[in-house]
Amino acid sequence: MSEQQAYIDSPWLDPDAEPFIKVRGITKKFGAFTAVNNVDLDIYRGELFCLLGGSGCGKSTLLRMLAGFEQPTSGSFSIDGVEMANVPAYERPTNMMFQSYALFPHMTVEKNVGYGLKQSGVPKSEIEDRVNDILKLVELQDFKKRKPHQLSGGQSQRVALARALVKEPKVLLLDEPLGALDKRLREQTQFELMNIQEKVGITFIVVTHDQEEAMTLSTRIAVMDAGQFSQIGTPTEIYEFPESRFVADFIGSTNIFEGRVAEESGDHVTVDTEAGPVLIDHGMSVQNGARVFIALRPEKIQLTKEPPVAAGPNQAKGVVEDIGYLGDVSIYRVRLDNGTLVDVTAPNLVRPKNRTHKITWEEDVYLSWSASSPILLTK
Amino acid sequence: MTDTMRDSPVPEVDKALENPPLGARISRKIQSSWKSVVVFLPYSWLLIFFLLPFVIVAKISVAEALIASPPFSSLLEWTDEGILTIRVVIDNFLYIFQDDLYVTTYLNSIKISSISTLLCLLIGYPIAYGIVRSPPTTKNMLLFMIILPFWTSFLLRVYAWMGLLADQGTINNLLIDLGVIETPIRMLYSEFAVYVGIVYTYLPFMILPLYANMEKLDNTLNEAAADLGAKPTSIFFTVTLPLTMPGIVAGGLLVFIPATGEFVIPDLLGGGNVLMIGRLLYNEFHANHDWPVAAAVAIALLVLLVAPMMLYQHYQAKEAEAR
Ligand SMILES: Nc1ncnc2c1ncn2[C@@H]1O[C@H](COP(=O)(O)OP(=O)(O)OP(=O)(O)O)[C@@H](O)[C@H]1O
Ligand SMILES: [Mg+2]
Repeated sequence: MSEQQAYIDSPWLDPDAEPFIKVRGITKKFGAFTAVNNVDLDIYRGELFCLLGGSGCGKSTLLRMLAGFEQPTSGSFSIDGVEMANVPAYERPTNMMFQSYALFPHMTVEKNVGYGLKQSGVPKSEIEDRVNDILKLVELQDFKKRKPHQLSGGQSQRVALARALVKEPKVLLLDEPLGALDKRLREQTQFELMNIQEKVGITFIVVTHDQEEAMTLSTRIAVMDAGQFSQIGTPTEIYEFPESRFVADFIGSTNIFEGRVAEESGDHVTVDTEAGPVLIDHGMSVQNGARVFIALRPEKIQLTKEPPVAAGPNQAKGVVEDIGYLGDVSIYRVRLDNGTLVDVTAPNLVRPKNRTHKITWEEDVYLSWSASSPILLTK
Repeated sequence: MTDTMRDSPVPEVDKALENPPLGARISRKIQSSWKSVVVFLPYSWLLIFFLLPFVIVAKISVAEALIASPPFSSLLEWTDEGILTIRVVIDNFLYIFQDDLYVTTYLNSIKISSISTLLCLLIGYPIAYGIVRSPPTTKNMLLFMIILPFWTSFLLRVYAWMGLLADQGTINNLLIDLGVIETPIRMLYSEFAVYVGIVYTYLPFMILPLYANMEKLDNTLNEAAADLGAKPTSIFFTVTLPLTMPGIVAGGLLVFIPATGEFVIPDLLGGGNVLMIGRLLYNEFHANHDWPVAAAVAIALLVLLVAPMMLYQHYQAKEAEAR
C-alpha cells in the first residue's frame, strides 16, 4: 500500500490534508460552569467521528454549538472552509438528530420527515419519494400517518434519524442516535449508517456513550471528559494504546495497577506492582523509581490451573472469587494472594460438560500475560 | 407433580378476587363513594347556580308582560273549569327577531366583540410570548403586572378611562398643550372608546391562557425547525402557531363570550352611540319594565354564545384525544 493510499483511508495522517471541520479553541460557559473547555478538533470529509464520554461531559453542548443553537463563549470553527460564527442555524450545512428527538407533535411521521425538504423548496413529488425511501430504510413505511405520540421510543428515534438523514446535509450531527433501539435494529441501523455514509459521503459526528457502538461505527473516536478531549484516535489506538487511565478505564474494562518503575532500559521496562513485577517490552521513557500505572485488559490474561514452569515477571497466583457467565466468554474475578482483585476474561471454547465450568469458585488459579500486553501510563 | 402445583393455587386466587377481605371491600366502597361525591359536587353547583336561574329566565321569556308584581304572567294557570294549562308565549322571540333594532344590535355586538377579540389576540400574543421568554424573576413580575388591575374595581377603571378619553380629558388636554391638535378629538362616547375599554379590560383573559399554553412549548422544536432550514417567520407559522392554537382558542373564547354581553363598557364609554345587546337588555328590564322581552333577549344571547362554547368543548376533546 502506497503512502497516498493510506492517506485516503486515514486523511488525518496526511499533513497536507485540509480538515472539513476545523474547531479552534472552542469554550462554552454556562454562568461560572465550563461545559466545553478550549477544545481543538479536526474532522475530515467523509469521516464517521464519534464523541464518546460520560454523562454531562459536554458532548451535546459541543454538537449544539456546531449546529448553531449555542454560541461559543470563545473560539471559532469552520465547515468546508466557511467560518460559522455568523451563520444562523437555518443556513448551516448541518442537520442534527436531537437526543430528545424533538419531533413536531402536531405533524404526522411523514410530515415530520418531509419538513426539511419542504422548507428548502423541494417539489412535492420528490419530497414524497425521498420520504418514502428513507422511511423504508428505518422500517417505518407503515407508520407514515401516525403522530409522534402514537409511536414507541424506538420508533420515535428512527423518525428523528430519518428526518435528519433525508436532507443529506454536508455534516450530520447525531446525538445518541441508537440508544433506544433493540440490539438487532441497532446493529442493522449502525450498518445502514455506515452504508449511507459510504454512499453519499456525508461527514458524521455521532455522540454516544456506548463504547461498543463507537468502536464498530467510527473512523476515529474522541474521548471526552469534563469538557475536554482526553484522547483522539482510531478505535484501535484508543483501545490498545490509551494515553491515560481515564481512557483505558472508559473504553472496555481494564485492570489498573499502581506501581513503581524498578528497571528502565531502551527496549523494556519493569514495574513493581500490586500484581507482582510487570515486564513491558515496549519502551517508554520513564524515570527509574517513578510512580506509574499499568493497564492490563482482562482478555489479554491467561488463566490456568497449572502452576507456571518457571518463576518470573508477568505472572500471579490467586483464587477465583466470582464468575460472570456471558455466553461467549466468562469473566473471572481473581483475588491475588496480596488481596488485589484482577478481572480475567476467557472464551468458552468448549461446551461445558455437566453444566459446570472447568474452573469454578474458590479454585487456585495462575495468571500470566505476555510482555507486549501491559500498557504503561503516567497519568 | 407439576399438575397439582399448577392447579391448586388458581381457585384460591379466584376466591380471593371474588371475596376480598372486609377491609379492602370497605376501603373500595369509600373510594367509590368518594368518587361520586367528587363528581356530584360540581354538578350540584352547576344545577343550583346555573341551571336553576336559567330555567327561571327561560320561563319568563315565554310569559306575557303585565303591569303587576311580578310583571309577567305565570307559566301554569288554572282555567275556570279547574284544568291546569301551560301558557307559552313565543311572541317575545318573534318580536326581537322581527325588530330591526334587536337584529342590528346583536350583529353589532358580535362585530364589536369579534374585533376586540382579534385586537386582544394581536396585542396579547406577543406579550405572552415575551413573558414566556423572559428570565424567571422578571417573568413573575410581568405576570403579576398582568393581574394587577384586578385589584382595583372594574367600574373604577372604566371611569378612569372616561377621564382619559373625554373631550376635556387627559389625552386631549395633553395633545392640545403639546400643540399637536387645536380642537379636542372626540373619543369618548364612540365605538373607538368601547374598543379601548373592552380590549383593556379583557386583555388579561387572552394573555393568561396563551401564557399557560406557551409555557409548555418545547424550545428544542424551534431548534429542530431551524436546523431543518426554517427561517424564524416560517418557524412561527409551521411550529409555534399550530402548537399555541389551543391557547388562542381558549383566550379567544374567554374574551369573545363576556365581551358580547358586555354592558358597563358600552354604557359608560359608548354612551347612546354604540348599540350592544347588554345595554338593550338593561333598557328592556329597567326602563321598559318588559321582563319577558328582556328574558328573551338574554336567552337568545345565550344560544348565540353556546355555539362557540360547544366549538371550544369539541376542540378541547380533540386536544385531549391527541395526547
Ligand atoms: N443551558 C444550560 N445551562 C446550564 N448548564 C448547562 C446547560 N446545558 C448544559 N449544561 C451543563 O453542561 C454540562 C454538559 O452538558 P451536555 O448536555 O453537553 O452533556 P452530555 O455530554 O451531552 O451528557 P449526556 O450524555 O448525559 O447527554 C452538563 O453538566 C450540563 O448540566
Ligand atoms: Mg447529551
